[in-house]
Amino acid sequence: MNSIKRYAGLLWMIMGPVAIFYLIRTAAEEITKKPVIDTKIQWIVFVVIFIPIAIGIMVFGWYALKGEYDHLPESSAELED
Amino acid sequence: MKPTSIRSVILASSVGTLIEWYDFYIFGSLATVIANQFFPKTNPTAALLSTLATFAAGFIVRPFGALVFGRLGDLIGRKYTFLLTLIIMGASTFAIGLIPSYENIGVFAPIIILILRLLQGLALGGEYGGAATYVAEHAPANRRGYFTSWIQTTATLGLFLSLGIILITRNSLDSDTAKSIAKFNEWGWRIPFLLSIVLVGVSIYIRLKMKESPLFAKLKDEGKTSVNPLKESFAHRGNLKMVLLALFGATMGQGVVWYTGQFYAQSFIENVCKIDFEQSRTILIWAILFATPFFVVFGKWSDKVGRKWIMLTGMFLAIVTYRPLFDQLFAISDTDTKRELITRKEINTKLIPISNTGNSLRTVTSTRHYKEGIRLVEIKTDTLYAEPGKVTLRPDIRTSKLLNDGNYRWMIIIVFIMILYVTMVYGPIAAFLVELFPTKIRYTSMSLPYHIGNGVFGGLTPFIATLLTTIYTGDRLVGLYYPIIIAAVCLIIGVLYVSNKIDPNVND
Repeated sequence: MNSIKRYAGLLWMIMGPVAIFYLIRTAAEEITKKPVIDTKIQWIVFVVIFIPIAIGIMVFGWYALKGEYDHLPESSAELED
Repeated sequence: MKPTSIRSVILASSVGTLIEWYDFYIFGSLATVIANQFFPKTNPTAALLSTLATFAAGFIVRPFGALVFGRLGDLIGRKYTFLLTLIIMGASTFAIGLIPSYENIGVFAPIIILILRLLQGLALGGEYGGAATYVAEHAPANRRGYFTSWIQTTATLGLFLSLGIILITRNSLDSDTAKSIAKFNEWGWRIPFLLSIVLVGVSIYIRLKMKESPLFAKLKDEGKTSVNPLKESFAHRGNLKMVLLALFGATMGQGVVWYTGQFYAQSFIENVCKIDFEQSRTILIWAILFATPFFVVFGKWSDKVGRKWIMLTGMFLAIVTYRPLFDQLFAISDTDTKRELITRKEINTKLIPISNTGNSLRTVTSTRHYKEGIRLVEIKTDTLYAEPGKVTLRPDIRTSKLLNDGNYRWMIIIVFIMILYVTMVYGPIAAFLVELFPTKIRYTSMSLPYHIGNGVFGGLTPFIATLLTTIYTGDRLVGLYYPIIIAAVCLIIGVLYVSNKIDPNVND
């Protein structure tokens, strides 16, 4: 099970940049198609919000790959670095 | 803790949270009316502020509220923080009900509304984490899921309350329904906002009588509270990995299931199925009413079998059944596949002269009846010109369908099933989140993944789903791919990485 968790980490790491690329490409297409202020704001909000989340899933994938989730903490003391 | 004491803890927390959700939803439910009063499309600045009010409050400000008030809750305590969020929410909502319209004070009106809406978003971002933490820190380990599930009912009940109060107000301002709706659109929409102050007042009174969470009070007495909750929550690898797990393995999927079942379903029934305004809302109201007790059922059950599999089963069922369920909603209302009773067709034409022009405003109302019990009403409005050969190029056409009892009940059942999934993913999640994090940074740590999952992933569901239907026009259900894909990713992460173990000790 732990090796599946680690290998899946690669998938989550790849998902981040793919999501960012798809998001920016769609935003550019939609803004070009309909360059009104509503469309611009909507897509700027989407891009601004989802880029940190996409970075978050890359970090999650990195932790998974490094085996950080092989064992989940059972007490708060284990959460300390 | 005595049963009466824990009951008052739950009551104080739940009533306040319910009112905060009510306050937040009435703005969303009355968005069209508010837009007419404050955001005229003819003024570009006002239109810009309108878009900001819609997007910023729901998606940007809520996570910020989670950080601001989460930090405060871990520094000064749960009680005063969620009292503060309630006061901010109540005052902002009441103030919205008092703002003069754009006609009276010009561009100041939309600016003030935007500021108040942002305050609402901030307050909501801070409320939930405080209420869930407060109840969980009073609850015994073996009943944590059950007690916190009462908090989980509040978001849905807040929506129920907002829909109910809006419908009642809309229909009770005049004995003539049409006049009553006109009065509501003119000034009656303010009543649900103003009413909030009474509800908030009662809730503040109840909350003031409560004591601080015993776990937080103990930490404070021992001088062990966090000095920098934000740093400890998000800059320490050990805790950050649990924040990320909470977001990608639970709250992200929960958010999209929540908003699909309760908001996208309503939008689909109204805009795609074209069901009548009141019927589309009462369908949701009935479905919510029947489904709400299941938040408590699944919360209680999670104390016995663990949180993980109940939440993930809800996500799995949503993934595999959303398309057939929405397809069925459409099929019920699809008049192309129904047999029209041609002899019962009614057409009424009304002409209102437009002064000094010789032209008239023509309204043609045609009503078609179908054997399966559906009534389709089409109202076409155009100008009848005196000049021969001149016609209105784009007449305004509005259609709405009225369902008979059988079809109406069938739609309630379908929406009920979708809200049942909501109760599965949402009922146990407060206990799940509370158990992931230590007391000293619990408020901050659980609030952020909750509001990104619920506010960002969930809140964007209606927009992204509708957007997909405008990009890929061949499939009317294409919008469902957004919640299905997000829930599927969350399900896989949840299955692989989330533990089903109930933490016996949240005191640490």
